[in-house]
Amino acid sequence: MSATPTFAPADGAPPADDGTLGTVPSTISQALILSRYQFRDYLRSRRFILMMGIVLAAGAILTTVVAYYRPAGLIDNADDLYGGLWAGGAGVVIVFAGIIFGGDAIAGEFQNKTGYFLMGLPIKRTTVYAGKYLATLAASIVSLVVYLIIVTGNAVYYLGLNAFSVPGPLIESFAITLLYLLALLGFVFLFSSLFKTSAYAVLVVAVLFLFGFSIIQEVVLNLAHTEPWFLLSYVNGINAYPLTGVPAHVQTVRNPFTRATSTAYNPTYLEGILVMAGYWLLTTIGGLLSFEREEFT
Amino acid sequence: MTPSIEAVGLTKRFGAFTALDHLNLKVDGAKCVGFLGPNGAGKTTTLKMFTDLIFPSEGEAFINGISVQKDRKRALEVCGDLIESPEIYPSLTPREAFQMSGALRGMRSDEVASRTKIVLEEVKMTEWADQKFGSFSKGMKQRVNIAAALLSDPEVVILDEPSTGLDPRGMAEVRTIVRGLKKGHRLIFMSSHILSEVIDVCDEVALLDRGKLLFADSLSNVTQRLGGGVRAVEAEFASPLDETVLAAQIGTFPEVAAWSRTDAQRITLQVKGGLVEQARLLEKIAAMRLGLLSFRESRSALEEVYLREISVGDA
Repeated sequence: MSATPTFAPADGAPPADDGTLGTVPSTISQALILSRYQFRDYLRSRRFILMMGIVLAAGAILTTVVAYYRPAGLIDNADDLYGGLWAGGAGVVIVFAGIIFGGDAIAGEFQNKTGYFLMGLPIKRTTVYAGKYLATLAASIVSLVVYLIIVTGNAVYYLGLNAFSVPGPLIESFAITLLYLLALLGFVFLFSSLFKTSAYAVLVVAVLFLFGFSIIQEVVLNLAHTEPWFLLSYVNGINAYPLTGVPAHVQTVRNPFTRATSTAYNPTYLEGILVMAGYWLLTTIGGLLSFEREEFT
Repeated sequence: MTPSIEAVGLTKRFGAFTALDHLNLKVDGAKCVGFLGPNGAGKTTTLKMFTDLIFPSEGEAFINGISVQKDRKRALEVCGDLIESPEIYPSLTPREAFQMSGALRGMRSDEVASRTKIVLEEVKMTEWADQKFGSFSKGMKQRVNIAAALLSDPEVVILDEPSTGLDPRGMAEVRTIVRGLKKGHRLIFMSSHILSEVIDVCDEVALLDRGKLLFADSLSNVTQRLGGGVRAVEAEFASPLDETVLAAQIGTFPEVAAWSRTDAQRITLQVKGGLVEQARLLEKIAAMRLGLLSFRESRSALEEVYLREISVGDA
């Protein structure tokens, strides 16, 4: 039938109400509402317990090792202690948080069919993406804060009140760590939106961040003898700079055994921030475009 | 505003396979329309395009005149839908999920609270309002999903096989719910392959087969027009009917083209003409004081039409 059949209105059906309740909120309000409930779902989930377990285990190992070896350069002052324990460990916490909270954030909407519930509502896909991103960001920040509390506990033990002597550099370091978190989550969400199966999304993200980038970094450094400035894993160390100072961009390193020299690179402040911001921007645009085009088949 | 949905040249191709082929269909007014078709006919594909879960290869879908593809947020504002048994975040309770859904729709918290009470009562899930969704059975989840679709008291309700996963009692309850929805000023567009369900609750039907719309009309017109101008009506009596009464009296009424006995107390009449003739025949039989209990369009009439139209497609 090619013609458009038109049904006549039902007879005698009086209006019982004045239509739909409420006025749909703005995109930003909807993203915040969604993130609140998604965050609540995270807090009650097993994955949150798993993440807290990882953070606490990492904190316990770190505390034990420091207590056993008592490395002089590390526990003498707050800058070095936070520079060593906080800045280094935070990157690892972020990678795990990204994998655990974000790996299936978008893919899960397809696989678990939660997307059918959300996407039936008057809400833009961009809003769903943003809401879930914010919730993952919040859950990851909770993990980071727990880790920071563990590090601060160590600092108080070794330094007493001096543990609180570096609020400015520590806040700066935390801010850079957040930028790294934003960029990493952008990357994780991009991969999550490319897959409709959660396991693939989580696996690819885990392999990339736990091994992939490190291998690429070594290959670029040792075989191509080039600064791997374009790798997110390379620039994440700049969160230590506010505490430990900015090292030389290029260093010549002599191997104590072979006496051979090689060139080592440290990202500059600007380089690190631009690369992180670039990753955040590009992966977010890519992830949004991918999610906008994905179908719930 | 009169609630409406409209498909204009709506087409969906998956590679070389055409799941929906230039569907043109406009439904408006407060009524319930059954969207019928065998498995794979393209019913869910159509509904998914109406809710923007998938995108048309060609054409457009409109809700209340607003293009779903161009402005999903505005188009879905007046719409409550249930497509393919969705899942709610497992650690949220129905009450929390409805709070989220209501807030995303812009409902006030007191509105959400009162509507939550009403819709959960409607689907008999009140006592589970504060249990986690992840712990529910398939049938319980489907009840909550139906309630979620009705939360905002929408003008347009799109339901994709709402009885899926429900036991017979649940299926009957869904029919009661849909009948109740018809009392409001709303359009209900419901896909189903359960013909008895459609006959029970729908005013109009659209039949889809292999991605093509075969017909769309009111239930009685479909059974009459496609039934060769004759409607099958079932009549039930309080006591067994005498054969002579049937043959000599009822069978001779000018409205009756043919009759057959279903069992001792029930007969099926092939009634010539439309609703007026049906009403006249009902009056005549009632006047005979034979203990008439019910007189309604045969459930098998639509089934016959359905099977015949589908088999034409097969041929």
